[in-house]
Amino acid sequence: MYPSDLKYTKDHEWIRIDGAEAAVGITDFAQRQLGDVVFVELPEVGRTLKEGEVFGTIESVKAVSELFSPVSGEVVAVNGELGSHPDKVNSAPHESWMIRIRPSDPAEAGHLLDAAAYMELVK
Amino acid sequence: MLEAVGASSLDALISEIVPADIRAKGPLGLPAALSEFEYHRELAQLAARNRVFRTYIGLGYHDTITPAAIARNVFENPGWYTPYTPYQAEIAQGRLESLLNFQTMVSELTGMEVANASLLDEATAAAEALSLMLRLQRRADAPTCIISHRVFPHVRDVIESRAEPLGIKLRFEDVSKAEFTPDVFGVYVQTPDDRGEVMDLTELAARAHAAGALMAVGTDLLALTIMTPPGEAGADVVVGNAQRFGVPLGYGGPHAAFFATRQSFLRQAPGRVIGVSVDAHGRRAYRMALQTREQHIRREKATSNICTAQALLANMAAMYAVYHGPNGLRDIGSRVHDQATRLAAALGTLGFKQTNASYFDTVRIGADEALTTRIKNAAEKMEINFRYVDGGVQVSLNETVSERDLADVLSVFAEAGGKSGALSAPGTGKSALPGGLRRASAFLAHPVFNKHHSETEMMRYIRSLERKDIGLDVAMIPLGSCTMKLNAAAEMMPVSWPQFSRLHPFAPVEQAAGYQAIFRELEASLAEITGFAGVSLQPNSGAQGEYAGLLVIRAYHQSRGDHKRNVVLIPQSAHGTNPASASLAGMVIVIVACDDRGNIDVDDLRKKAEGFRENLSCLMVTYPSTHGVFEDRIREICQIVHDFGGQVYMDGANMNAQVGLTSPAAIGADVCHLNLHKTFAIPHGGGGPGMGPIGVASHLAPFLPGHSVVPTGGPKAIGAISAAPWGSSSILLISYGYIRMLGAQGVAEATKAAMLNANYLKARLEPHYPVLYAGRNGRVAHELIFDMRPFKQRTGIDEADVAKRLMDYGFHAPTVSFPVAGTLMVEPTESEPLEELDRFCDAMIAIRQEIQAVVDGRADAKDNPLKHAPHTAEDVTASDWPHAYSREQAAYPVASLRARKFWPPVSRIDNPYGDRNLMCICPPVEEYA
Repeated sequence: MYPSDLKYTKDHEWIRIDGAEAAVGITDFAQRQLGDVVFVELPEVGRTLKEGEVFGTIESVKAVSELFSPVSGEVVAVNGELGSHPDKVNSAPHESWMIRIRPSDPAEAGHLLDAAAYMELVK
Repeated sequence: MLEAVGASSLDALISEIVPADIRAKGPLGLPAALSEFEYHRELAQLAARNRVFRTYIGLGYHDTITPAAIARNVFENPGWYTPYTPYQAEIAQGRLESLLNFQTMVSELTGMEVANASLLDEATAAAEALSLMLRLQRRADAPTCIISHRVFPHVRDVIESRAEPLGIKLRFEDVSKAEFTPDVFGVYVQTPDDRGEVMDLTELAARAHAAGALMAVGTDLLALTIMTPPGEAGADVVVGNAQRFGVPLGYGGPHAAFFATRQSFLRQAPGRVIGVSVDAHGRRAYRMALQTREQHIRREKATSNICTAQALLANMAAMYAVYHGPNGLRDIGSRVHDQATRLAAALGTLGFKQTNASYFDTVRIGADEALTTRIKNAAEKMEINFRYVDGGVQVSLNETVSERDLADVLSVFAEAGGKSGALSAPGTGKSALPGGLRRASAFLAHPVFNKHHSETEMMRYIRSLERKDIGLDVAMIPLGSCTMKLNAAAEMMPVSWPQFSRLHPFAPVEQAAGYQAIFRELEASLAEITGFAGVSLQPNSGAQGEYAGLLVIRAYHQSRGDHKRNVVLIPQSAHGTNPASASLAGMVIVIVACDDRGNIDVDDLRKKAEGFRENLSCLMVTYPSTHGVFEDRIREICQIVHDFGGQVYMDGANMNAQVGLTSPAAIGADVCHLNLHKTFAIPHGGGGPGMGPIGVASHLAPFLPGHSVVPTGGPKAIGAISAAPWGSSSILLISYGYIRMLGAQGVAEATKAAMLNANYLKARLEPHYPVLYAGRNGRVAHELIFDMRPFKQRTGIDEADVAKRLMDYGFHAPTVSFPVAGTLMVEPTESEPLEELDRFCDAMIAIRQEIQAVVDGRADAKDNPLKHAPHTAEDVTASDWPHAYSREQAAYPVASLRARKFWPPVSRIDNPYGDRNLMCICPPVEEYA
């Protein structure tokens, strides 16, 4: 259910660290809490984020949530496909990355939860 | 009913509900109650004291001809004025379609991609335009907005009030020379402007955009029928007042302001937006789109604090466009413009000097003081009002102007100028619009604007829409917190009397002596009811009242040298407008916890009040609470806030449980707003109008809002909150009538009956549904919350399914998921008879049995009447019936429906589809095939 190659935050984001870059999205738990996602607002490429900083918003029919960056770093790509298919966040949350970021401080990854700890959190 | 609730008498019941330490000691000091007949007779005398001159003042307000078919079938029709905001879209398709027509009309006339479904007034819309531009820019180093020095004075006034707390810097200047320095985020310009002049905006837009700024434009819809729309010049936002499309002046309102923008900005725009979606069977269906921008979800991050729109008036303006069609509108616009050019030429012949060159409907004549006085005296003799400005006189013509009126205007000038002889204003054959500003683009080609041009067709179109909606003319609307009480015909009728409906808001006050007498009496009555010393009738909605109250508190602190008091304490249970208004007032929001019974956690409150003792501005508290409970410790709560230097703002949303029994002053509050559209009988209009006057204790009275055109408010008045000095004056008559015809005893009895009705519903329904909160002695106040969450866990059936299923039983749903997610909040009001309360209880109990069938496994969790509700006539009569339950169970689950059946026009609407495929104008013609 929660892939072991991902790390998680208490704000229900996941991050997949892949060499010098990492992909960020929201968890299955988060998408179920939100319900039908209708819109995802993402930052410009090149923006520098701090750990915990808001990088966008996600909107469902009944709620809006802010998206928090799990780590500090520079945004190197955003997933444009979510513009036309926001529902992908519901159907495949752990495949639907929102931003790719180049982390600036590898030590921050140590603050993140592993799959088991996250599952405990949302149990 | 008393037996059912287990009380020995009504007064005994009330004593069990309302804490003794806040109970009123005696009856209210209000004038004696009048019968309907006596009231109308008395009001007719007051009406006669208003003098309706032919008024050519302009400033965004113009006399207009309300087509009789629209006056009778919309404005004066409970089918249109009694429904609520269309949150339950399946039973609101009629007014949703009409509001979509409004959006389409505004979009096409302004040349913009999208428009919202109206805002409170033009000045508020202008202030919202600034907020939108600021939000879109998101640049901390760009806090400045350039404002044309030729905006209307009341627009300037409200913009100034709104900008200051947000730290927006304003530069009023001649925009044609304005320099776009790097600190500028936007420019606001008006055309036609304060002098009646029109301007080409293309170059200004280009300069703004080149500098990374945005451009907002205030304009006039009638001018846009013949003038190039701002959208074609590159505007980013276009606002204005739709009043002159058939909505009576009403001495300031209510009217529908409009707000149009680019599609890509829509998510940041204020107000309600109607969108197109589909229902469960693929039929086109309308709904409110992008609701997540609103206060009840986003709270302090909402795009605006205003919930109330002006739906009824937007619908009238839309119907005016439907009735006249594009050609009719263009004819009206051309005629007004032609009359203005003829007037200008004739005045020139008389030797007057015109001082505006290009214009739509306004001729400005230069005059020294002596000549101005002569013109004014001559005009008054003819019962004509012009606008008198420094250095001259302005005449703004309108749709009602006849040849005789034009001749009378000329004769006034002739007399003042000492000219005699035959007067005529022959056609000039010339436009006063520069070549580049004459509209070339077509508008309103959609069929809806091109086929209802006879009264027969118009009447049927209006009625066909009305029949799709549930208003109070169909059934009880048990919306908690909304107070859907009777809007009595005797209260409503005078709103249409010409002595009230045709007065311009900036007509000399002595011509409005009747209105002024009513305002003074209404202010006195509301002061008596709230226990306060002063009242301002200016705020146009509850949220605007909140905002006005917060600014008054802020001004009070500042007057004492307390410049740091900017923290607002807001309980978790508060309505979302509280934080949204506080945010708009530039305040810092600190949330106070509630206990598991929904009451304010007094220890947490004390801790926070003490912690912020240097910065505490106020507490915002709803009483009875948003959970419908009289909190026992309210006086202690208010005292704590006062002890730490704060003020107490009471949200008056639940005032219907207080009137005559207790008061905001009695609980210890310093200021409150009153939703006149809840407690004081103004109808909800299908989503507005509303009114939100504020009452204040004596130490705050000096700060009540002022107005730049018509002096009002306290000696140290804060700036204007609304465009008009007394807000939507004409509907104040409704609340005035409510108080005059009920009197002191009547209003208190209404409060008691409202609480008896709520406790009766509790007694009948509690065996079937858990009631979430109750106060002392297990009683609720005037509303109560039923918890639907247990069913969801067991059956998957949720609060929305129950809400939609109630439509099949002929009811509008209670309030869904406010103030607690997964619940329904019910408020019966005093107006509902026992038979209707029982019909509602029977429906709720029958639905409970349908849920039980799923619990017991007798019905399928997916294929049951709740999950597929509502059922249309087309669905239940179709040859194909795919469901496990019967057609009869779907449509006639209880016998009483045989005598009284309402058919929902569409089945369950697909909300995600609508938000993922946003369409906010009438769908293209080919989709109608």
